[in-house]
Amino acid sequence: MFKITEKKQLNSTTFSMTVYAPLTAQNILPGQFVMVMCDEDSERIPLTISSFDKEKGEVTVVFQAVGASTLKLSKKNEGDYLAHFAGPLGTPTHLDGIKNACVIGGGVGCAIALPEAKWLKEHGANVDIIAGFRNKELIILKDDMESCSHNCTICTDDGSFGKKGFVTDALKENILKGTGYDCVIAIGPIPMMKAVSRLTKEYGIKTIVSLNPIMIDGTGMCGGCRVTVGGQVKFACVDGPDFDAHQVDFDELTIRNRMYHNQEKHDMEHMCRLFGGAENV
Amino acid sequence: MIWNICADFLEVLKMYNKQRYKTKMPCQDPDVRNKNFEEVNLGYTYEEALNEASRCINCKNSPCVSGCPVNVQIPAFIDLLKNGDVEGAYNKIKEKNFLPAVCGRVCPQENQCEKHCVRAIKGESVAIGRLERFCADWARENDIKSEKSTEAKATDKKVAVIGAGPAGLTCAGVLAQRGVHVEIFESLNKAGGVLSYGIPEFRLPKNIVRYEVDNLKQLGVVIHTDVIVGKTVTIKQLEDMGFCAFFIGSGAGLPSFMGIEGEELAGVFSANEFLTRANLMEGYKADKDTPIAKLSKVIVVGGGNVAMDAARVAKRLGSDVSIVYRRGVEQMPARKEEIHHAMEEGINFLTLNNPVKITGDENGFVKEVECVKMELTRPDASGRRGVKVVEGSNFTIPADGVIMALGTSPNPLLKNSIPGIEVSRKGGFVTDENMRTSINNIWAGGDAVTGAATVIEAMGAGQKAATSILEYLK
Repeated sequence: MFKITEKKQLNSTTFSMTVYAPLTAQNILPGQFVMVMCDEDSERIPLTISSFDKEKGEVTVVFQAVGASTLKLSKKNEGDYLAHFAGPLGTPTHLDGIKNACVIGGGVGCAIALPEAKWLKEHGANVDIIAGFRNKELIILKDDMESCSHNCTICTDDGSFGKKGFVTDALKENILKGTGYDCVIAIGPIPMMKAVSRLTKEYGIKTIVSLNPIMIDGTGMCGGCRVTVGGQVKFACVDGPDFDAHQVDFDELTIRNRMYHNQEKHDMEHMCRLFGGAENV
Repeated sequence: MIWNICADFLEVLKMYNKQRYKTKMPCQDPDVRNKNFEEVNLGYTYEEALNEASRCINCKNSPCVSGCPVNVQIPAFIDLLKNGDVEGAYNKIKEKNFLPAVCGRVCPQENQCEKHCVRAIKGESVAIGRLERFCADWARENDIKSEKSTEAKATDKKVAVIGAGPAGLTCAGVLAQRGVHVEIFESLNKAGGVLSYGIPEFRLPKNIVRYEVDNLKQLGVVIHTDVIVGKTVTIKQLEDMGFCAFFIGSGAGLPSFMGIEGEELAGVFSANEFLTRANLMEGYKADKDTPIAKLSKVIVVGGGNVAMDAARVAKRLGSDVSIVYRRGVEQMPARKEEIHHAMEEGINFLTLNNPVKITGDENGFVKEVECVKMELTRPDASGRRGVKVVEGSNFTIPADGVIMALGTSPNPLLKNSIPGIEVSRKGGFVTDENMRTSINNIWAGGDAVTGAATVIEAMGAGQKAATSILEYLK
């Protein structure tokens, strides 16, 4: 059992949860994830690590309560226990040698992109962050992103805060300014990662994305998370979750992630009846 | 003289049950069981067990024992059972086999102990597996616990076992019985390895796996779930924590795919994924959150036990299921009993066919599978018959799900974290005859060494390694 030592609600559907998992905390590197089970009946869900503290033995994950399992997780409070919490899994992001990076986060992806930005800044790289949200109310981790970067641009789709428009607009502007990025790291919804990838390909900038396919075990056993990268089948759990964006087949990933959509919808309705709607979390 | 021997032999024969065939195993009706997840084989009654036990002629050279990878003293346990001492029989099995309730159900006895049974020369062998199962079930129902060895604590040294599957559980059991402090590190959320995630409830009820795991805990074995050795902790870090010897029983978890067009479509699964959702996560139960695809027409590709398991799970979830296999039924590597059960349950066998392409609908979900017909070639020098494609025989089968049961290979995750350890071309750990790897204090066994094989072979390896580890700890 793994104790929740801190829980914060970052916006209407996004939560930060810090868990006491001393063994897991000691070997984490940026880009890795954990498999979480709320209780013994739960699904195993992969959640990317957003921060960790080796001394305190704590690991923090940020997640959006969008499906039945994440909604259930969001109901757990400080002092409660999670049945299972295993990791760190996945190959850490290859950050060595990056001198001038643009780290892009979309929504909850900002939390996942933070450890990368932090590591790069600590290792002497120039780090720009571009973070995109639908509107002002959904902005999360603004202070953390500012402290982990040299320049932080926040975009909102509706213009209610920061720059109006998509992250790709801000990225293009930065590129045209002659920032000379040697690497772009983009983490967020698939359409965002796909759009960033298309743009950076045009300018020939190496781009890393973190993929979020369906997984069961997270250790290479089920193959549910297979993605096509550069025409080859890769398992996101062991070969990734980070991949060269320009090689990823995003459309295939979109399709594969819809596999349990109908069942998920049904479960979600059930959970909403149980808890009185996702809005009231 | 000769006459005297013959007379003695006839005397002996008179004392044994001359029933030529195995006492029938009671089982659920096929049309009932293919809609539930309850166990298919119901197990012998006491009378049936005694009747079957009396078929054993207790031959002096016991060829059956040599066929058992862990050398269970088969005639000895059957003799005790024959005389009504079920507890004695159980303890006799337990001397060599830590998981008798498991082995009695899933061992391919027909290729092992029973293959060598003298009674099989005329009729069928003694049903050794069924008797083993009877003793183990009786012990569980009567709450007979394995005794912790009274042997003085052999050593203060700690041993780490990686993987709580059949190999790891056996290795840990043998060591614990000899007074060694053992801790098992398991990457999944439950102990059992393939017994938990792979073999379905209707073949191996999970309460039996739990019971056997609890037995081990009573011997003092500590089991840590949710620890992925190589990721959560490295072997080096475990050494720093005081573990001085290691046994790797990490299994063969890496699924294979065919590499054909359309394998990336939604609705194509590895058998590992499909079975893990059903067995480990119990996705078919209403109170469990893990989704499992409800498919109307499923193609299972492969001819091994895993293919049979996947097909039978899919059938129980309400699908119309066909097994596509490139050779014939006779060449299928699955146990005869499993093939027979699958056929009884209404699974279609499309043998001598091979998928070449999977086509999807406009949403990217599986719509149909294109196959070619295959034919067996003449036996080669070794007697093995190959297969070749019948050119131009392509045809399509409508399907909304495809399950690939093509075998698995050792998971590279752990080996990548141990600098310098020797692995074979196929990714298995290389060991000597005592299961010791190229690193002095690391042993390995089971599927992690051999690639996908049987539960009992893994247990045999675990036992052998434990013996060698005990020697090392001295």
